[in-house]
Amino acid sequence: MSVPLITLLGRMTLVFLEAIGAVTAFAIQAIRCGLQPPWYRKQIVHQMMEIGYYSLPVVGLTAIFTGMVLALQGYTGFARFSAESAIPNIVVVSLTRELGPVLAALMVAGRVGAAMAAEIGTMRVTEQIDALTTLSTNPYKYLVVPRLIAAVVTLPILVLLADIIGVLGGFLVGVYKLDFNDAAYLRNTLDFLQFQDVFSGLVKAAVFGFLIALMGCYHGYTSKGGAQGVGMATTSAVVSASMLILTFNYFITEAFFAL
Amino acid sequence: MAPSKISLRGVTKSFGPKKVLRGIDLDVTPGESMVVIGGSGTGKSVLLKCILGLMQPDDGSIKVDGVETVDLGDHGRSQVMRKFGMLFQGGALFDSLRVWENVAFGPIQSDGMPTEQAREVAIAKLSNVGLGPEIGELFPAELSGGMQKRVALARAIAREPEIMFFDEPTTGLDPIMADVINDLIVKCVSDLGATAVSITHDMASARKIGHRIGMLHEGRLIWQGPVAEIDRSGDAHVDQFIHGRAEGPIQMQVRKL
Repeated sequence: MSVPLITLLGRMTLVFLEAIGAVTAFAIQAIRCGLQPPWYRKQIVHQMMEIGYYSLPVVGLTAIFTGMVLALQGYTGFARFSAESAIPNIVVVSLTRELGPVLAALMVAGRVGAAMAAEIGTMRVTEQIDALTTLSTNPYKYLVVPRLIAAVVTLPILVLLADIIGVLGGFLVGVYKLDFNDAAYLRNTLDFLQFQDVFSGLVKAAVFGFLIALMGCYHGYTSKGGAQGVGMATTSAVVSASMLILTFNYFITEAFFAL
Repeated sequence: MAPSKISLRGVTKSFGPKKVLRGIDLDVTPGESMVVIGGSGTGKSVLLKCILGLMQPDDGSIKVDGVETVDLGDHGRSQVMRKFGMLFQGGALFDSLRVWENVAFGPIQSDGMPTEQAREVAIAKLSNVGLGPEIGELFPAELSGGMQKRVALARAIAREPEIMFFDEPTTGLDPIMADVINDLIVKCVSDLGATAVSITHDMASARKIGHRIGMLHEGRLIWQGPVAEIDRSGDAHVDQFIHGRAEGPIQMQVRKL
């Protein structure tokens, strides 16, 4: 018997709302645990290394090529209007406001969010999380809080570095391929850049870091059903984090720059 | 009669329409080793998880040393957990930590013991389960199943708990290693003077580690008594189970091919 469309839509809406409720409850519980000792400093430092240091190559490569492509595309476009001098401005503003935080976050979501979901999911299905509880250790405090703190702290640092590397990429293409004067390129970059451009990017990075860690931890923590469940948790963590990054990006941009 | 170390009254637990526990009453006295037997899917693990606080029962009372543990807050739960040691079916060792770090996890993270002191405790506990200090430097993935069980047992006894729980302690082991684990469980529980609750469907293990046996069937404890009396329980379900017969009142839900 076919299910009426309205019933199907109703079911999907309920499932969607239930998921939002579950994630919100998970986030509130994690934040509540994060405000009370003990704080596992060794775990936080370990996660900062995992999220920040080991993501640097992939984020750096993404940033440098993005900066290079921006300069190149900008040139082919702006040359039609003899507005080539705007290229440094376009590169730095695009990178600091949008592309730096969004691309870095998407790369980290793919690398770290998936790893978090896989690790915590495996711990769930092999009863390691239950073992933590029986050893009087709160799994939220030991597993979730360090990842949330590490992601919120390290993502802005990563994005700041991505901004610098991206601008360098644009600079290299501008100076060595498009024959810009190096001093003029740098002066244009710095003159046009405003504090709010960088600051909004760093705020975005912190929010994206929270979302990546939250999705990785939530989907791992709630995974069930063995290897297949862990695989689904990994996929869900990356997809949901990526969707949330793009959604929140719009709202944060509107909060900062809407007229 | 000594007051119960663990006391359950009317404990029920359902998952959707499936009623897993249908009113469990159980008393375990201090120093006693209680073994709950039963077929797969009869609710043994759920019962253990409810006592441990890893699952919330739908109804009923679970008291540990006279203290109600259902709906306990974080602090109260932590106090009760301090009394517990648990050996999980698959070991549940933390695979990112070395063996000695696994054993020392409770003393370091929960009791605040200095790392070096905890390391000595871990090596001593590994020795209690017949493992040398060199094993402590390995990762769990480098160990055989039997060794992982021993490490898990060392971790369970590291904080010298008052109550020990064993979830299918011999599952997946060969008969000789299973007997080694049974002997270690008896020794460790005896050395600690602990109360023990085990769940298993391995009758050899149940007879060896238990003082008393309870049979769980369809969410109810249908028989309880001393180990010596299980062979003359007078209950057809118990007889069928301990003799491992396919024919009898317990019908496995198997589809015809």
